[in-house]
Amino acid sequence: MEIGIDQIVLLATIGIPFLASLVLFCGFVASDADVKRLGCLAFILPFAGSLWLFLRFDYGIEAGNQFSVLFERVGLQQFGIMFHLGLNGVSTPLFLMTGIVGLAGGWTAICSRTDRLRLYLALLTLMHSGLLGFFASVDLFFFFLFHEFALVPSFVMIGLWGGRDRRGAAMKLLIYLLVGALLTLGGLVALNVYAEADRFDFPTLSLALSEMVADGEFGEVTQFKIFGLLLFGLGILVALFPFHTWAPRAYAAAPSSLAMLHAGVLKKFGLYGLAQVALPLLPLGALQWSSWLIWLALGNILIVGFVALAQTNLRKMIGYASVMHVGYCFLGIGVLTALGVGSAVMLMVAHGLSVALMFLLSKYIDQRCGTFEMDKMGGLATKTPILACLFVGGCFAMIGLPGFGNFWGEFGIFMALGEIPETRFALGLASFGIVISAIFGLRAVAKVLFGEQTDAFLAAEKDQAVKDLEITEIAPAVLLLGSLLLIGFWPRSISDSVDNELMSPKRYLVSQAGNAFGLPSCCASGVSSALANDANVTTDFNGSIGISKDFPESNTTNE
Amino acid sequence: MNSLQSFKEFSDGNQWLVIWPETALALVAVLLLVLELLRPARKGMPSLAGRFARLSQALILIFFLLDFLVWRPSWDRSIFSGLLSQGFRSDIMRSLFLLSSLLVSIIGEVYLRRRNLPRGEFHGLVMLASAALMLLAQSSHFLMIFMALEAAAVCFFVLVGYRRASAKSLEAGMKYLIFGALSSSLFLFGIVLLYGVAIGPEAWGCQAIEFGSGDPLEFHYLGEFIALNAEHPLLRAGVVLVISGIAFKIGAAPFQIWVPDVYHGAPTPVTCFLLVSSKAAGFFLLLNLVNGPFESLVDFLAPLLGVVATLTIFFGNLAALTQRNVKRMLGLSGVAHAGYMLVGVIASMYFPGDSDRATWAVIFYLFAYLLASFGTFGVMCLARHPGGDAEQDLEHYAGFGRKRPFLAFVLTVGQASRAGLPISAGFVAKLLLFAVAFQAKLYLSLVAMVVGVVISMYYYFGWIREALFDPPPPFSDEEVIADPWAGADPDPTLKLTLFILTAALLVLGLWQGPLGDVF
Repeated sequence: MEIGIDQIVLLATIGIPFLASLVLFCGFVASDADVKRLGCLAFILPFAGSLWLFLRFDYGIEAGNQFSVLFERVGLQQFGIMFHLGLNGVSTPLFLMTGIVGLAGGWTAICSRTDRLRLYLALLTLMHSGLLGFFASVDLFFFFLFHEFALVPSFVMIGLWGGRDRRGAAMKLLIYLLVGALLTLGGLVALNVYAEADRFDFPTLSLALSEMVADGEFGEVTQFKIFGLLLFGLGILVALFPFHTWAPRAYAAAPSSLAMLHAGVLKKFGLYGLAQVALPLLPLGALQWSSWLIWLALGNILIVGFVALAQTNLRKMIGYASVMHVGYCFLGIGVLTALGVGSAVMLMVAHGLSVALMFLLSKYIDQRCGTFEMDKMGGLATKTPILACLFVGGCFAMIGLPGFGNFWGEFGIFMALGEIPETRFALGLASFGIVISAIFGLRAVAKVLFGEQTDAFLAAEKDQAVKDLEITEIAPAVLLLGSLLLIGFWPRSISDSVDNELMSPKRYLVSQAGNAFGLPSCCASGVSSALANDANVTTDFNGSIGISKDFPESNTTNE
Repeated sequence: MNSLQSFKEFSDGNQWLVIWPETALALVAVLLLVLELLRPARKGMPSLAGRFARLSQALILIFFLLDFLVWRPSWDRSIFSGLLSQGFRSDIMRSLFLLSSLLVSIIGEVYLRRRNLPRGEFHGLVMLASAALMLLAQSSHFLMIFMALEAAAVCFFVLVGYRRASAKSLEAGMKYLIFGALSSSLFLFGIVLLYGVAIGPEAWGCQAIEFGSGDPLEFHYLGEFIALNAEHPLLRAGVVLVISGIAFKIGAAPFQIWVPDVYHGAPTPVTCFLLVSSKAAGFFLLLNLVNGPFESLVDFLAPLLGVVATLTIFFGNLAALTQRNVKRMLGLSGVAHAGYMLVGVIASMYFPGDSDRATWAVIFYLFAYLLASFGTFGVMCLARHPGGDAEQDLEHYAGFGRKRPFLAFVLTVGQASRAGLPISAGFVAKLLLFAVAFQAKLYLSLVAMVVGVVISMYYYFGWIREALFDPPPPFSDEEVIADPWAGADPDPTLKLTLFILTAALLVLGLWQGPLGDVF
């Protein structure tokens, strides 16, 4: 392994928040100002690091992990576990998204007047290093380990700094997530034992398992079982339909910066695991489970969507909405094609940003109205025009209007669904979800920002005049909204690297297996090409989209 | 002539030197009694005996580790005509018992000082019990095993009832005595059956071993005899009885019924001693037996132990779920841990040899359990509860995080390790057990383990929730509990110990170093 500047940046990006957390825990930094300064460093540097790595990532070359960092002596060698970091085309955009959301969330936490700020930041930085770590882990054991890093602090933080109902919500969150983590761990152990590879990292496993499949050793039944474990394990972590009830309750009780990181990033772990680990390693299992996954994802979209419609509490509504939109990611993954999975990854990035934005804005609204109940709000727009602007933007992004990142994700998923005759029914049902989210999103805008000022609001205003956002409050929101707009107008900024990874012949076993089982060969067309074709027809307002027209339509994974 | 020969061997050779740690422990234990007589400890002050006990145990531990890791050329040797046989595994276990003994002395000193209880005898008894358990770890003869077990059990009987003024402690001592006697007699009956059949095989219609006679209580000979007559019902009955006797020690179902009451009533350091050392001894014995003399009975023992393990896991976890008393909860969770480790024991039967991956997984689990237990019990020893030491309830930990952040941290890491959360040694230990169970294709036990772990999350984190999260405001007419943590500042030794234990738990969770190569 050669250590270059990029490797050092990668290690530092994950290491700095971790070290900061240790320093804060041990109390080496005492004064409040120093704690805040250290906290700032621990969020700004990882953001800079992730941005650097994103820009340095070379998607022109062959797919695979870049910036690889490997320590062979750390871990259980006899099980092939070793500390191995690296980024590939799928993880790089998510890594950057983590850096952005982390910065916004961390900034919010630092600016808040939290009691016991040192401990809070210690836990939040620990969580942040876990979040960055699991996207950057190549070794599957450390992938899991980093996730738990992030999970346990969230339990403590909800319990200590949460709002009403925190004790119950924290316990429920913990039990659900640990069940999910345990099932996932079972699946990973099974993979390790079956593959008997000398390394427990993704490329080695993929090679070993594909050889076994070729020899007929790793058959459908085994794959079915292991994929089932991973699907439900990871599904619980992402709030897949029947196991979703922990999420809105926990988000309603959580402190805002935690909710931003948890809903925005931590919940992507399960989706990322499915897209990066389960699908490519267990293509035959994925094929058998895909119809289940699609039905459950529809449950997320429609049933949870209706539940979100019934919420009067703004925070809960955002929580349910985030669970609902995760359903689209599941749909994309359930289609099993490169277009579907790639669009799901795009939606994951955009969803992370937009959910974090909504939780942030809901905090600002709560500070001004003194409540989360939408019935008691009204007429905020006249007092706080900037907040109103941002909130409208956030809602539009959440609904998935063109111009925001979410649009491209959902759009790509719908196209993927439409390409395959068997999944067209889902297209019809899922597009109904857009209407639902438009209803509750726009209704929230109307109730919170416009209309008459309620009595309660007026009473609250008596004590202290409602002020608009200050510059420190605007900054994180603009960062998130700006990233969303950037992706919205320039989707190739992330879709190219995702494409490069998903469509490499080395990696994508699904489409090969798909061919064998009679799936149409068009399932291998990538995100960029598909989006670009349509982008030219519909919205040709950005030159950079049009360039991708010459992207090769047929590629190696096709027959 | 034969016996004279062996007597000559005894006196000529330097075989006694081989068990110098045990001898040294016993000698120090006797010295402690003399010391206590000459210089009795004053109330509330650190005692000379305690200091001497800790120092000498630390020295023995250090020299023992140097001895077997650095100085000794080879590990495997058999001494005293095959009564004891040492190997790398048994030496690792001896160091576990030594370490546990040292830690019990450290937390015991704090506990006894806070309660004005006599200290010299306590340390002496702990060391004697540890010496006996260390002998147990290396015995390869049923006579030796029984002697060692009984020697340890007698010390434990006294230790459990050590607080003579407390009814709970006496009740626990009584219960432990009765159940211990029952377990010993079952164990003995099993040995007798095995011996009876093996000494006169013809009378019971068994095949005799071709090459002459041997000692039918010795592991190697007995193993070959059982392999020849694996189907014989009397032999099987003997094996089941022996394992039942051990099941008492490790608290496996259906012999776990004594666990909650005894762990509840025993003085807190003794509870920890029982939980760690006694259980570790039982498991190591079981590992030795199922990979040694009982090896040929895999097809018979594996399903039997599988049922026992599943029952143990479910009983332990479900019973612990409703406990408000933390000592009972930890005791019952110990039952559940015994169930998990039993799965590892079963897996070890499917791996060839007696030093396989599954065996090491169980041993690693025992070490992780030791670290977590002593951390938690070290904290518990500091409290002074209004209802007496036995009544440590969850309520007493309300607001603990604000009052004692360091102790709360130790407690949290210990609980997380027991629950099997990363990053902690407990997580790696559970992962290893999962992996070996998977490799041995014990899918049903694996499911039981997973369900058990899921159930256990509730009570482990229930305690953390109580300790860390701010308590709900009390009702106005509720009586206010006197703060059990008043003046509970750990002295530097204890603080350092707790810190090292917690750090070891965390570091082992990330980096197993040379331990990882063993597997």
